[in-house]
Amino acid sequence: MTALLAVHHLNKAFGSVVAAKDITVTVGDGEVVGMIGANGAGKTTFVNMVTGYLKPNSGTIEFLGRDVTQLPPRAIVAAGIARSFQIPQIFGSASVADNLLIALGIAEGGRLPLWRALRSRERLATVERVLDHFGILAYRDQAAGLLPQGVRKLLDIAMATLRAPRLLLLDEPTSGISVEEKFAIMDTIMGALRAARCAVMFVEHDMDIIGRYASRVLAFAEGTIIAEGAPAAVIADPKVQRYVTGVPEAMRRAAAAP
Amino acid sequence: MDGTLRALAVAVIALAIGSLWTPDWIVFLATIIIAKGLVVLGLMVLWRTGLVSFGQALYYGIGAYAVGMAQLAFGLRDAFLLVAFGTVLAAAIAVLLGFLLARYRDIFFAMLSLAFSMILYGTLVKSATLCSTDCFAVLPPRFAGMAAGGTLAKNGLFWLTLAAATIAVYGVHRYLASPLGALTTAIRDNEIRVEYLGYSVERAIHIKYVIAAALAGAGGAIVALAVGHIDPDSTYWTTSGEFVFVTILSGAGSALAPFVGSAIFEALRAYATAYAPYSWQMILGVFLLLLILFLPQGVWSLFQRRVRRAAP
Repeated sequence: MTALLAVHHLNKAFGSVVAAKDITVTVGDGEVVGMIGANGAGKTTFVNMVTGYLKPNSGTIEFLGRDVTQLPPRAIVAAGIARSFQIPQIFGSASVADNLLIALGIAEGGRLPLWRALRSRERLATVERVLDHFGILAYRDQAAGLLPQGVRKLLDIAMATLRAPRLLLLDEPTSGISVEEKFAIMDTIMGALRAARCAVMFVEHDMDIIGRYASRVLAFAEGTIIAEGAPAAVIADPKVQRYVTGVPEAMRRAAAAP
Repeated sequence: MDGTLRALAVAVIALAIGSLWTPDWIVFLATIIIAKGLVVLGLMVLWRTGLVSFGQALYYGIGAYAVGMAQLAFGLRDAFLLVAFGTVLAAAIAVLLGFLLARYRDIFFAMLSLAFSMILYGTLVKSATLCSTDCFAVLPPRFAGMAAGGTLAKNGLFWLTLAAATIAVYGVHRYLASPLGALTTAIRDNEIRVEYLGYSVERAIHIKYVIAAALAGAGGAIVALAVGHIDPDSTYWTTSGEFVFVTILSGAGSALAPFVGSAIFEALRAYATAYAPYSWQMILGVFLLLLILFLPQGVWSLFQRRVRRAAP
């Protein structure tokens, strides 16, 4: 397993609030890593540091052997790390197809040729293929700002994948989506990403989803990683049950019994 | 060729030929309308990004003073070179100021651009060498080495203005359809997403700012040549305000919209000052109010439905 992402001793504090404490993580090529933790445990701070939105106070982030710790987001994107957002970041006034066209225009040329029209037949074909992969082709001509939440999430992720990233960080891909739709949406996302051979790190609160899609789990609490390993083992870890998932009802009742 | 470019070609050919039989004052007015339309075209590029410059008269004034100073300092008389000089000088200054302004948005961008224009205004009013508020006369230009006389005196500058406008509209139209131009509305919608797609928002805005300044410089240079004198008022905030007024009036729907808006504005002002010399600003104010209430997308939105239907 080659190391794609190697994070060493990452620390971040906002005033007296410690958001990240000595985080060390390695992610291999093509891995699917789930991140769990209560609100405020430091998951999003971790995502924000890896993608350049926040600068850590100390520690290093290496991607494909290159130090990317101090790079701005767009340089990190160019290096091959993409992200989606808990609240989808899309171009609300443009159509779904135009959202992807704009993303494709940026993805194709770091330098954007001024005199060639964005709307070419090849690009439109690519956009339709991507929309089809993500199962949202039916929404092609709708204004992105008026889409249902699930479709917005998919569009947000589809835009992030256009630059063929090697690593994609998904911040709560299923938040705000109804329980019945969650698995279908995760199936779509993971199917599209597997086809792109892209490693994934995703933040998730639903342990069923973690168990089904993640090959490895990182459990966060108070800014640090308290457990790491296969999903079943991590979810069974007493520390994780105490800080993250809560003790199963049956056990609590057993403990409380006289 | 799409609808906008077809309309551009038809309009330019009709105006170029029609001006041969048109009275002087109409040709003069049309020159002013198109020259100011160039300034508004630049503001439209910024406006699509969600930015309003309340100091575009800075570059309009730079274009005008560039003409006067090039005549004084280098004895430059050729109209084409003078307009080109005004355009390049305005763009060069925008490249420098852009490093600062591209970091600001909304009211901060508007006020900072206003501040720079007022600095230039203050300097010009105090400057005795540029004859302060007394008029700074501009010599009649030459065209390709020929002294202007006859038809050339009447139409030469108008044709040059039409040529400049043709290049500008074609360029802006292509730009807006390009991947970089598509970032205008994208930046207004969501800067974070643009950064996370891997493009620098600051750089995109900087480029737009320079485009807008170059167009304002060209407009200022042409107006200076047409009117024949230069005044610090060309850099005053009311001049900037007028350009913003026409931008709102025009709408951002097409690269042709600024010229329609500019024509309506100049016609409105001409009639309002003729019939109500002491309250014409009030008429303009009421007009703007009605416009914002009933045509918030500008007068171009009246054409838009038809244009869209005509497009494939």
